[in-house]
Amino acid sequence: MTVGVNVSRFEGIAMAPPDPILGVSEAFRADTNEKKLNLGVGAYRTEELQPYVLKVVKKAENLMLERGENKEYLPIEGLAAFNKATAELLLGADNPVMKEGRIATVQGLSGTGSLRLASALIERYFPGAKVLISSPTWGNHKNIFNDARVPWSEYRYYDPKTVGLDFEGMVADIKAAPEGSFILLHGCAHNPTGIDPTPEQWEKIADVIQEKNHIPFFDVAYQGFASGSLDQDAASVRLFAARGMEILVAQSYSKNLGLYAERIGAINVVCSSADAAARVKSQLKRLARPMYSNPPVHGARIVANVVGDPALFGEWKAEMELMAGRIKNVRQKLYDSLMAKDKSGKDWSFILKQIGMFSFTGLNKAQSENMTNKWHVYMTKDGRISLAGLSLAKCEYLADAIIDSYHNVS
Amino acid sequence: MSIVRRFEHVSPAPKDPITGVTEAFLADPSPNKINLGVGAYRDDEGRPVVLQCVRDAEAKIAGSEFLESVSAAVNSKMVEESCKLIYGKDSDAVMEGRFAGIQALSGTGACRLFAEFQRRFYPNSHMYFPAPTWSNHHNIWRDAQVSARNFCYYDPQSKDLNFEGLINDIKNAPEGSFFLLHPCAHNPTGVDPTEEEWREISYYLKVKNHFPFFDVAYQGFASGVMDKDARAIHIFLQDGHLVACAQSFAKNMGLYGHRVGCLSFICDDSKQAVAIKSQLQQIARAMYGSPPVHGVLLVSTILGDQAIKALWTEEIKIMADRIQGMRATLRESLEKLGSPLNWEHITSQVGMFCYSGLKAEQIDRLVREFHVYMTSDGRISMAGVTTGNVNYLANAIHEVTNSGYEESQILGESGF
Repeated sequence: MTVGVNVSRFEGIAMAPPDPILGVSEAFRADTNEKKLNLGVGAYRTEELQPYVLKVVKKAENLMLERGENKEYLPIEGLAAFNKATAELLLGADNPVMKEGRIATVQGLSGTGSLRLASALIERYFPGAKVLISSPTWGNHKNIFNDARVPWSEYRYYDPKTVGLDFEGMVADIKAAPEGSFILLHGCAHNPTGIDPTPEQWEKIADVIQEKNHIPFFDVAYQGFASGSLDQDAASVRLFAARGMEILVAQSYSKNLGLYAERIGAINVVCSSADAAARVKSQLKRLARPMYSNPPVHGARIVANVVGDPALFGEWKAEMELMAGRIKNVRQKLYDSLMAKDKSGKDWSFILKQIGMFSFTGLNKAQSENMTNKWHVYMTKDGRISLAGLSLAKCEYLADAIIDSYHNVS
Repeated sequence: MSIVRRFEHVSPAPKDPITGVTEAFLADPSPNKINLGVGAYRDDEGRPVVLQCVRDAEAKIAGSEFLESVSAAVNSKMVEESCKLIYGKDSDAVMEGRFAGIQALSGTGACRLFAEFQRRFYPNSHMYFPAPTWSNHHNIWRDAQVSARNFCYYDPQSKDLNFEGLINDIKNAPEGSFFLLHPCAHNPTGVDPTEEEWREISYYLKVKNHFPFFDVAYQGFASGVMDKDARAIHIFLQDGHLVACAQSFAKNMGLYGHRVGCLSFICDDSKQAVAIKSQLQQIARAMYGSPPVHGVLLVSTILGDQAIKALWTEEIKIMADRIQGMRATLRESLEKLGSPLNWEHITSQVGMFCYSGLKAEQIDRLVREFHVYMTSDGRISMAGVTTGNVNYLANAIHEVTNSGYEESQILGESGF
């Protein structure tokens, strides 16, 4: 009783384009040259260029293994202990927002999943509202908004002339956006440029956002990685919260706890009232249920254990400072090497002003390609290098490569 | 500057019909309370269970430093093992590599990926759900903005499959429609087609070039044997269908909170499989990036290690047998209490759930007077029934159904 197969229903399905960032690592792996250097993906490496599992994470996992905890479903909004810890980490436990219960926190699948939940909330409750994203920004932001059917446009951010912030352009573009737009801001350690506004500039940004009735939407993927201090890196978000603004904040523990593959993060919505926060939380749950029902338990427990235990929390802060410290040292050495070797008089100090895992070198596409083709230095075509993948030992080699690419390739 | 309030128009969401039951249960202080809402297995002491095979797998992977991303090798291994589990390790499609698969966030995530894929590549198609189906199916396809319709499935009069209605709906659906099928242990009714009925379903779906999509959440829970529970899918493959499957490891491996599952497509050739996989990865990347590694490692370890997998097979049988035992006991208890109603369906239904047929007022009384929690459609999770609570449960059900009986004695009425 069989019927023959008809024309394939998959005819129209083409190969999706490769991811530009992950593709860099693939190319690096295929390269056999011993001098090769992977400055592509923003994943932390030790001075020996090995992946790093934080000691506190190992300790937490051992505790969890010993306790033999069950694997029951989390509630749709995630692990309560995690949600409390993550909101406090972001705003500070004494923050009035916390005390007044004005924050809706829902555990999400790292930064990506949290951004997607926020996008779904925007699409449903602010139909037609636009999200403004920095030019440039993390490549996946556009994908998330596109798939969530949220329109977006860009605000000026990076100034190639100064290799710094185009602050005037940024403010002008935010001002020009339709009232009630969502403004996507990187809480600290801007990806990909490493260029962050100063505290004074943050005040001005908050001013113009309030003026135009926009909604600030923070992507906080590097809390602790910028300055080395968790509190200091949350200053921008806290500044906005202190003004009584309603804010969306996506958080990720991929980098600062090294939990990349466990997919742990949160979406927070700071609201004007506890009642609004409760309603918003209920609707976030309603969006999460048809996406994945409830979030994964393992990463949430690790974070809750680390943050919930004063000793482990202290150890985490110390490890955080070490990781951020290593990157700062590498930055300094790269700068010193560039200034020592480059006789043209070019000012490379923008590298020192940038912050976090990444540096925007100012190299263009052709120059970036030269980095790879001639020097076996793997990076993204926008000129971004991940300092997390650089060791002190390789700084001089990298400086040579950058100087050659900058001056000899156009 | 005055406070801007933007969320005034955001109304409170209604409670999820399934998880809302657990929330209410947790808030209930009664020592007699029983949660028969969510489909999560309990042992005979009513405790959540972590399978020994899972503990063994955990010990095996402890200290593995896979935190950055699941390696491509582990990815492929898990998908391949998952596909063998459902399509059969000897299936031509699997042996020839004609399948595309990615890990997903359990069954829900796999369904959502499929729904998004359907919208992207078949935007004008309809997804047909059995009436009734798991309530979250409707949410998933609605949020993915795919048009949904129902096909006849459960007949409340006979408490059995409305086979004729089902076949008619398949015949009448526009060519190239999508049909969501539960291959075993239908949720919520527990009513499954017979093998003969599956063959006819397969035939008529083929005639109309419909796309069969299987939601496999309970493989192992119907008969206790994995291959047997996949029979429907094997029949479809033999008939030359190109099916897709959403697999969940939440229940059969007890990995509920780890969110591990797999979405797979059988394809015409391996080139097509590569293209489809790339599209699924792209959809996933904009939704959550990649799946959590801990659960993936556990599943891949359990399926890949012969000894651990053998243990798993035994443990599934134990779970399925315990549930079947409770079905028999509950039915016997009700009959012993002298219930005048027909409780045959408790033992004829298959899998984790019993579609009790209880009415809204009766369910309400069960909650208020007896602290027995179930979903409002009368679905009872038999996995929550134990030797310790089965008599209490039988009494409670008898109470709420017996008192209304005198008023509805008319023969032929659909009864409860």
